[in-house]
Amino acid sequence: MKARHKRFGFLLVGLVVLGAAAWLVFNALGNNLSYFFSPTEVAENKAPANHVFRLGGLVQPGSLERGEKLTVHFDVTDNAHAVKVAYTGILPDLFKEGQGVIAQGRMGSDGVFVAEEVLAKHDENYMPPEVADALEKGHDKGVADMAKGNKPL
Amino acid sequence: MGGRLNLYKFSSPATFYPLAGKIGKISTLIAVVLLVIGLYMSFFVAPTDYKQGEGYRIIFIHVPSAWMSMFIYLVMAFWAGIGLVFNTRLSSMMAQALAPTGAIMTFIALWTGAFWGKPMWGAWWVWDARLTSELILFFLYIGFIALQGSIDDARRADRAGAVLLLVGVVNIPIIYFSVKWWNTLHQGASVSVTEGSNMSTIMLQAMLIMTFAFWAYSIAVSMYRVRAIILEREKDTRWVSELPEIRR
Repeated sequence: MKARHKRFGFLLVGLVVLGAAAWLVFNALGNNLSYFFSPTEVAENKAPANHVFRLGGLVQPGSLERGEKLTVHFDVTDNAHAVKVAYTGILPDLFKEGQGVIAQGRMGSDGVFVAEEVLAKHDENYMPPEVADALEKGHDKGVADMAKGNKPL
Repeated sequence: MGGRLNLYKFSSPATFYPLAGKIGKISTLIAVVLLVIGLYMSFFVAPTDYKQGEGYRIIFIHVPSAWMSMFIYLVMAFWAGIGLVFNTRLSSMMAQALAPTGAIMTFIALWTGAFWGKPMWGAWWVWDARLTSELILFFLYIGFIALQGSIDDARRADRAGAVLLLVGVVNIPIIYFSVKWWNTLHQGASVSVTEGSNMSTIMLQAMLIMTFAFWAYSIAVSMYRVRAIILEREKDTRWVSELPEIRR
């Protein structure tokens, strides 16, 4: 066996061991590396009850209520469960009903999540407004057609 | 047989030195042309985004630099591995030459990301998996440069640096898949090999042109840098003393 074959062998074994170690570490950490909890996880009591955590999901359309001064109330949903959120402060520009948000705060005793910070989460789609409009119209038409009993294309 | 011969021929610093100069010149030209086209498309041709307005245009710098930051690391690790196994001088020099470019690409990705995050997310920085692992990549680059610089003997510096590079490779898939494996504030990938793209065509074209521009830039500067490293390390050899630019 040549010296360089031996070195290559060491290198390969080293990388495999390293990869296995990394895999074990990340397996053990599991969900702890997640930046936020979903409303379903909150409903299943997986989120910490007594200290600060982040809640992520979509702002339920129609749930946004502006209270006094800068206080807002809205529901964060993952389409399975929803959590009521109260927040006082300035919302990011992208904040909108139907838009993804991540709120940091803690659960109140009344079941309302009191947020100290609200961040907007946007998706990975980029397109001009005309295309977005066309897509929405196509979607609405498809929904209307389904309601009429026609099969969508 | 021919290919094999060529490979060994160009693994010698003396023969690679003039070739690196040529590649550097051509890449510089390509980088300038592509950058002009790419920037023009980014600012004037690509349409406004339906949700983020004009602010999304930072993607044309952010994504290419982030891709390059990961890709350059993989290339460096590849050269480091070759250098360890075959004891070739040139491959270690290549790894060393690429490091500052990789570091600056990582820095640009983090910096533009902060400028993008503030208006869209509402925060300059969050400790989510994608941002944190990219920051670790930046530290890996800085650590490699510092480690190489702190060891006087070039061959020992190469070996120490190579081990660090190879250990750090584990971070690259973590960066890339972080948005898939965990809930992150950072959105998922807009462009992927398996799933195509979630961008309108003209936006994607502008971004790819910018990526190739960054690519050509990285090749150009690393070629010039590897020439400087070759001269420095081989300064006592005869072929260097016979170079016209040295004799002058």
